[in-house]
Amino acid sequence: MTSDLIARLGEIVGPRYVSGHAEERYLYSMDQGTMPPAAPDAVVMPKNTEEVRQVVRLANELKTPVVPMGAGLVLSGLTRALKGGIIVDMKRMNHIIEVNPKSRYAVVEGGVSQGMLQAYLKKHHPELKHSMPDAPPIATLAGNVCIHGSGHLSVLGGSHSDMLTGMEVVLPTGEIVRTGSCSVAGQWFARSPLPDLSGLFMGWSGTTGIVTKLGIKLFPSYKHNDVLVFVAEDADLMPEIISRLTSTQVAEDMTPWMTPKPEWARGFLHINIAYGAHTKKELTFKRNLLQASVREYADQKIAGFLPLPPPQKGRFLKIPSPDLARFADLRKGGGFEYVGAIMAIEKFADAYRAGLAIAEKYQVSYSLGARIIGAGHCMMFFFAYAFNRADAEDVRRASDALEATNTAALDMGGIPWKAEEPAQKQIIEKMDPETFALMEKIRGVLDPNGIMNPGNWEK
Amino acid sequence: MHTKKTPIKFDPDLCVKCETTACLMNCQYIEFADRAEARAEKLKINEGKDSRVLHECLTCYACQEYCPFGNNPFYLLVERQEEKGILPAPKPIVEEQLRMMGPKGRLTKAPVSSPVVNMCTFPMLTGCVRGKLFEGASVIVGTDIFCNVMWLHFAKNSTIRERVPKMIDNIMSFYLSDADTNEMVCFHDECYGTYTSVADAYGIDVPFTPIHPFDFYNQRLDALKAHIKPLNAKIVYQRPCSNRLCPETDSTLDEIFEKIGADRVPRKYDRKTALCCGGVPRAHQRDEFADELVEKNIDDMLTTGATYCVFNCPFCMSTLGQEVADQGLMPILVSDLIQIALGD
Ligand SMILES: Cc1cc2nc3c(=O)[nH]c(=O)nc-3n(C[C@H](O)[C@H](O)[C@H](O)COP(=O)(O)OP(=O)(O)OC[C@H]3O[C@@H](n4cnc5c(N)ncnc54)[C@H](O)[C@@H]3O)c2cc1C
Ligand code: SF4
Ligand code: SF4
Repeated sequence: MTSDLIARLGEIVGPRYVSGHAEERYLYSMDQGTMPPAAPDAVVMPKNTEEVRQVVRLANELKTPVVPMGAGLVLSGLTRALKGGIIVDMKRMNHIIEVNPKSRYAVVEGGVSQGMLQAYLKKHHPELKHSMPDAPPIATLAGNVCIHGSGHLSVLGGSHSDMLTGMEVVLPTGEIVRTGSCSVAGQWFARSPLPDLSGLFMGWSGTTGIVTKLGIKLFPSYKHNDVLVFVAEDADLMPEIISRLTSTQVAEDMTPWMTPKPEWARGFLHINIAYGAHTKKELTFKRNLLQASVREYADQKIAGFLPLPPPQKGRFLKIPSPDLARFADLRKGGGFEYVGAIMAIEKFADAYRAGLAIAEKYQVSYSLGARIIGAGHCMMFFFAYAFNRADAEDVRRASDALEATNTAALDMGGIPWKAEEPAQKQIIEKMDPETFALMEKIRGVLDPNGIMNPGNWEK
Repeated sequence: MHTKKTPIKFDPDLCVKCETTACLMNCQYIEFADRAEARAEKLKINEGKDSRVLHECLTCYACQEYCPFGNNPFYLLVERQEEKGILPAPKPIVEEQLRMMGPKGRLTKAPVSSPVVNMCTFPMLTGCVRGKLFEGASVIVGTDIFCNVMWLHFAKNSTIRERVPKMIDNIMSFYLSDADTNEMVCFHDECYGTYTSVADAYGIDVPFTPIHPFDFYNQRLDALKAHIKPLNAKIVYQRPCSNRLCPETDSTLDEIFEKIGADRVPRKYDRKTALCCGGVPRAHQRDEFADELVEKNIDDMLTTGATYCVFNCPFCMSTLGQEVADQGLMPILVSDLIQIALGD
């Protein structure tokens, strides 16, 4: 059956772009996270939407699972082939199709990476930028939007799924559909005013279709950019501080961070606040607004802005930020995972304390932080644990810590983000049963043969 | 263990008899209605009473220089701020920096020979120690030998008292005790100020001889006279707060500039009226005031038609360097300017 599958896939994409070899099956069986490996039968790299459609049709015919994959950097094992089958690696679909500078959107293929779009805009449209996550630049836009990612413009524009303007998707049964304005008008400027079908494909962990194109909002790229680092000691103050800073509506990105390393940072709560402007004068004006919003704390001497001379700011202005990737290497051995939980801002102190307690209990290297989404509308609070993959005991500790964190996040009223398969089950347990029933109904309709990334979002 | 601290060397009678109150009357950042008010505030400080000066001080160090009697007005002011818990900057900012700049115990004994150049906490600048100017130099650097004078900006005399003796001990036991020299060239004159002015006022023993960078450069230039190609350039100088602790060295800098053909163009904010680079007020959360200082300072620099903006202090350069470069002046350290004249 496997050799037949490989041959049939080869007929669709060409023999160079399909493999059932042990090496590829091993490499594609895992990501950097703690989830155990699960190998596919085949890995395929389609070149265009039509080839994706044919792969999906073949999978239906053979009743074999299909797992869509961008860069496989989600860290929670969502691109593992839990029930075998075909991993559809989208990296060859890497064309930037259109940039509309006036309506500020870009249309890209499903395998275009964050780094590609960033470089393309810098070169051809230096006045525009998109919201980069801090993931390695090879991460794809589609993979990131599909998991409701967030990034360097998330205070300004919300989560990356909020920045989506439309999609082209190959459904589990092989039809090619479009969502958003492109389904009616040909242009990719908005999801409104139509029934919002894009939601059928975001947050579903690749279980409802394969995104082959997407439109994404672009934003002004400024000549002058700056970052402020606010430092406090009392976690209970953080929701109010965040609320005041976001109320100025001038920040592009706000990322609190709390880490025991370097040693000087232990116990302090920092918030990086990035903002930009067309002129120096405007930049100073924005800085003054941000500073004025939290002046009261500085006057009371209980919190304030770190004095950073311009050369020291370079590190904080890097996009993507290298800090999390650096932390990922802390224990060497290539193991890194974080639980991100989307939660209400007022849960900040609870989340912080829970993270500290879990790190202490499981003796894991930790980094805690958050990304503020929208004008303080919610946050992605993350609990990151680095571990040495070659050390089984280290992996087990990190894995236990992650599980405990998911439980704690749910108990606090947060929702684990890009949840790994066991965490999906925990979420389902807490979910309104009628809501979950609707999810199952939708999947039943879209994917009658249950081929799309099975094992995810199941009871 | 409770060790009794040595009080700051200062004579209250001198102030009572003082006819100028020059320390506060020359202050560029606090205004007084008249000398009587300045004198009254100064006497309050001396008597341990609260004074608005303790709250408004920019910690520019200048009154240390303005007092004609060497009566340590600034060190005393910092002492009073700390006694009264008057924090110039928010507590977490100070606490975090205290840790950042604290000794890390990372030194290992290494042989050094003359000239031994102390680069303070500027490891990124060790490349400046090169060429004929620093021929044969040994470099020592890091937070374990940090001069710790910066705490004067944060009402932390206690940290100076606690850490400076440790640093001195490190310098001796890891480097100088086995060296062929008892002299240590300070790359940053803040270090020189520590081991001379601060050590004297705080009663800290210094078992080695600190050499000011200007004295070192000046002597080297005499030895390297044949190599000097005069720059024939106009320069402006950003005099740092640290130089207020050793103002006598400013005239040595004039000699250096003369030797290398650099014309230190007179301007409003040089010498006694030098302006703060703006770095410290930002730590005190006074960014808008720092912006004003920077603007005034650079506008003044631009009136001179200078090519270079010369820095003695690396911190001033990192604070102001980009701003002056944006305005068309080339930021450069004194030592690098000399290197150009020497063709290195
Ligand atoms: C150091 C580091 C920092 C990170 N920082 C951030 C950050 O700041 N913000 C952030 O959002 N994330 C971050 N991440 C998490 C993650 O890497 C990113 O979200 C990344 O963008 C995911 O994209 P990907 O291409 O790797 O997706 P994958 O891991 O390949 O896929 C993610 C999910 O989407 C599905 N999928 C992928 N492509 C498609 C498609 N074309 N159609 C349908 N389904 C698809 C997959 O099946 C899977 O369920 C970080 C990761 C690391 C390692
Ligand atoms: S410190 Fe000096 S200048 Fe100031 S009042 Fe005393 S003696 Fe006079
Ligand atoms: S240190 Fe500077 S600002 Fe403070 S009182 Fe002395 S001269 Fe004035």
